[in-house]
Amino acid sequence: MPTKIEKDSISGQLTTGHEWDGIKELNRPLPKWWVYIFVATVIWSGVYFVLYPSIPGISGYFHGLLGYSTRDTVEADVAAVVKQRSVYMDRIAALPYDAIRRDRQLLAVAETAGRIVFADNCQPCHGAGGGGSPGFPALAAGNWLWGGKLADIETSIVFGIRGGHDNARQSAMPRFGVDAMLKPDEIQAVADHVMVLYGKSTVGSPAGAKIFAENCVACHGDAGQGNREVGGPRLASRTHLNADDRATVVGQIANPRMGVMPHWNTRLDQATIKSLTLYVHALGGGE
Amino acid sequence: MPPVGPLPVSAADAPLYANRVRVYPKAVQGPVRRFKWAVLIACLTIYYLLPWLRWNRGVTQPNQAVLLDIAHERFWFFGLEFWPQDIYYLTGLLIMGAVALFLVTSLFGRVWCGYACPQTVWTDLFMWVERLIEGDRNERMKRDAAPIRFDTAWRKAAKHIVWVGIAFWTGGAWIMYYVDAPTVTVQFWTGRASSEVYLFTGLFTATTYLLAGWAREQVCTYMCPWPRFQSAMLDEQSLTVTYQAWRGEPRTRGKRAPAAGGDCVDCGACVNVCPTGIDIRDGIQMECIGCGLCIDACNHVMAKTGRPGWLITWDTLADQAAKAAGKHAPFKLFRPRTIIYLSALGIAASIMVVALALRPGIGLSVLHDRAPLFVRLPDGGLRNGYTVKIVNKAAVPKTFELAVQGLTGAVLAEADEGIGAAPLLKLPVDADNVGTFRVLVTGPSAASVDGSQPIEFLLRDTATGEQTVYQSVFMGPVAGRR
Repeated sequence: MPTKIEKDSISGQLTTGHEWDGIKELNRPLPKWWVYIFVATVIWSGVYFVLYPSIPGISGYFHGLLGYSTRDTVEADVAAVVKQRSVYMDRIAALPYDAIRRDRQLLAVAETAGRIVFADNCQPCHGAGGGGSPGFPALAAGNWLWGGKLADIETSIVFGIRGGHDNARQSAMPRFGVDAMLKPDEIQAVADHVMVLYGKSTVGSPAGAKIFAENCVACHGDAGQGNREVGGPRLASRTHLNADDRATVVGQIANPRMGVMPHWNTRLDQATIKSLTLYVHALGGGE
Repeated sequence: MPPVGPLPVSAADAPLYANRVRVYPKAVQGPVRRFKWAVLIACLTIYYLLPWLRWNRGVTQPNQAVLLDIAHERFWFFGLEFWPQDIYYLTGLLIMGAVALFLVTSLFGRVWCGYACPQTVWTDLFMWVERLIEGDRNERMKRDAAPIRFDTAWRKAAKHIVWVGIAFWTGGAWIMYYVDAPTVTVQFWTGRASSEVYLFTGLFTATTYLLAGWAREQVCTYMCPWPRFQSAMLDEQSLTVTYQAWRGEPRTRGKRAPAAGGDCVDCGACVNVCPTGIDIRDGIQMECIGCGLCIDACNHVMAKTGRPGWLITWDTLADQAAKAAGKHAPFKLFRPRTIIYLSALGIAASIMVVALALRPGIGLSVLHDRAPLFVRLPDGGLRNGYTVKIVNKAAVPKTFELAVQGLTGAVLAEADEGIGAAPLLKLPVDADNVGTFRVLVTGPSAASVDGSQPIEFLLRDTATGEQTVYQSVFMGPVAGRR
């Protein structure tokens, strides 16, 4: 019920003139600066609504008078980065490896690009820093299946290994056990011989050595030194593609496991592949 | 319903917000004011002109005497060159600055606040401009109280234009400490400077204009932490701007004979000239910046009324107490507090000078690969990878020899550029640069390492023979898990 506006004796403020059951309401309006800011934000929101994408529709949306799009911004940003990088990447694509390695700045760019691309694409199988894991080659060890020169590494990356590309590196180890090419005791004998090549046993098997000479030397070499022409793994070594216990060796002879690497020429551009090649080469195994 | 009376009002209920009381400092002449002008001119001259000072460092290096080149990560200070790694010299400088401030404050009160602080210097400069255009205290107060007329309006406008001009000059000079002064000046006016240059010039123009033109003494009273903890440095032996109450009280108005009361004639001259608007006769206060302009103002009045000068003066609380009792307590330059500050300053300065003199010209840092920790080789050997960074602070390209100690038969190879393998690597680093190398260390046999073994990288400058060592580890499989 409206009464007269009066000055409150305690706070010194005016009342609104409203009184309920003896309780009077003080008139404390919002601060002017607050009200102005509020009005400004209302106006701002209206302007924003018109200028920027705002109203959704069934099959599209109102694009706003400025036509702003975050997607366009990203595309422009990416294009700008590619353009910025092209100063170096174009030269990496054009120059031979020797020239890149002589240009310390260009080499640093290539190594960095290679490291990032390796982490994105290669690390799941080959391990961080090319440490490898059972079944997946350790690139840092220098125990190459297909060669550790820059050109060899680039070929492996470009065409892949058993990955379905026409130029992919191809090789297959016969399934000596599954296809009954060797009898079980013969497989055991060969395994004994292989364990000697591994350096894990001194008790060889003359029978095994004979079977090895007849069946395995074409790919693995007569002394187990491997054959990079066909990707035959080196057996006379202390590091191996798979685990180095006897059971694994037997399994590998009877029913060999062979890895697959995709071809990257359709996924990475030439400069990136060259950067990656330089990075892998510098991991420690490069020849 | 019980009667409702007014609630008791205590200091705690008082509003936290106080409106600013505008300060109209009056012009003053005298020895203190002259000294303050001299300090102001010296500070501004150094600030505005230092970036233009040239220093020959050869064609490849910048020729600005003082340059904090953030883009190239160098700080040039006359004959000295600092790298980001030398950041601890800045720490030392800050420690010295703080202790020096403590020392000066404990001896002479807040002379930093009153004379050398940028806030004081620029506020003083802006007040001078204000006085020149709008007139002195009384004139300004009269204009501000009266309704705005053309005379007031053009003077205000002119004042703000000059203020913004000075502020812009100040903001522009700030930028010149970071980029080459002549180059950036040309670029600035031809529109070719980077957006950062325009941004920061604008930022420092705005802050100078606001802090020196509008905020003024509020910065000292409300924003600056220094007045809040200065009481920890001041004691009864510190010289501060002091009203000699024993001489001045009781105050006597007018030109009555001094015998009738104290020397203070209560003219208010000391209050009128105060840049923070306080009354020095209330004793030492947080707002007092110790500029001593009230001393000049009071001396004039004392001379005019035929009383002895220096009623307001620099004195210690101890001496004031002694003088009130008719005695004299001489100023003590050396007392435990100042001796402690002095020795701290001396120690910090000596450490800095020695460290600067013995600064190495080369640097080595070695980072062991995180993955793989080690690589087994076909012949049973082990290989570890390291990222080696070699700092060459010299102005000429250098070749360094890198070797490893603590691993028998170790062979090193640089993988990126294909240097080695050899027990001793020769690594070239460009002038004034950091060379990054990927170094592979091959140990002859896995049997020699169990888990990890400490090794040392030894770097030698082939030209000067200067050496440095970096501790690292060589890792291998843990015995029994091979």
